[in-house]
Amino acid sequence: MATGNPIEPIHQFEIVDILPLGNIGGANIAFTNSGLFMVLTVAAIGAFLIFSSAQRAIVPGRWQLLAEMSHEFVANIIRSTAGSEGMKFFPLIFSLFMFVLFANLWGMIPYFFTVTSHIVITMALALLVFGTVIIYGFWRNGFKFLKLFVPTGVPMYILPLVTLIEVISFLSRPLSLSLRLFGNIMAGHIVLKVFGGMVVALLAAGGWAALAIGPFVMAVAITGLEFLVAALQAYVFAVLASMYLNDAIHPGH
Amino acid sequence: MDAEAAKFIGAGLASIGMAGAAIGVGNIFANFLSGALRNPSAAAGQFSNLIFGFAVTEALGIFSLVIAFLLLYAV
Repeated sequence: MATGNPIEPIHQFEIVDILPLGNIGGANIAFTNSGLFMVLTVAAIGAFLIFSSAQRAIVPGRWQLLAEMSHEFVANIIRSTAGSEGMKFFPLIFSLFMFVLFANLWGMIPYFFTVTSHIVITMALALLVFGTVIIYGFWRNGFKFLKLFVPTGVPMYILPLVTLIEVISFLSRPLSLSLRLFGNIMAGHIVLKVFGGMVVALLAAGGWAALAIGPFVMAVAITGLEFLVAALQAYVFAVLASMYLNDAIHPGH
Repeated sequence: MDAEAAKFIGAGLASIGMAGAAIGVGNIFANFLSGALRNPSAAAGQFSNLIFGFAVTEALGIFSLVIAFLLLYAV
């Protein structure tokens, strides 16, 4: 497993400095390929939403319809999971959904870096949701927010155990929210690279080159699956974020 | 045992955990389908619950996959 070998599947996640900005306190500060693709993601979202809604036509054109559909899609997610009161978190959920979706889709282009395949990024997004839930929950409900951990209708002798489990499950939310996105995207890209590597290895094997069609077909099929996963994980992230925010708006089971 | 070999065996063992997630995800979609065929008009409203159950179950499989990748590439 030599580093720098392009067929090795983990190589694609390497972070490369593009523009070194010097050292601050021993930490290397640089504009990396990860930063570049975050900028590209935000630029693509901004360009899409600004140009598609610039005309403000009463009868929307194709691009405006696409922007309106993405707005309505996220609004429906929030209304069905957190109620109409959750709509005040629409900007947060919509930003998270669009960022994850566009970052995943940028990553599907060969040789492009996938921002969401690094747990630093997904953990930051998950902690943003987690922090919002805690701060807004206590700000709105005061200490009644703690009722979230004490379900009603549970017999007294089992209540401490259930409360403990509820606390643990609450604390593991940012972990599972970030690991799900990171794991799905990273695993998908590794699988793609493994099948691509098989094609290269078989083509180089002389007499067995005809067999390369097998992994090639698989690589094409998995590329299609990865587009599904890219969109589905953005949807799942938005649904879970608004479900967690629902706990802050309506604690108590 | 060679440490390199133990690493690969550990990664293989960790991957077995994904079988549980596979059973769980299969159960969720099977039960959703059988419920949806009994009462198709109520099925559309439960789509986000379906995805929620799928995501929560799938996360456990992803955990073991991440452990396998950690053993393969990060140890």
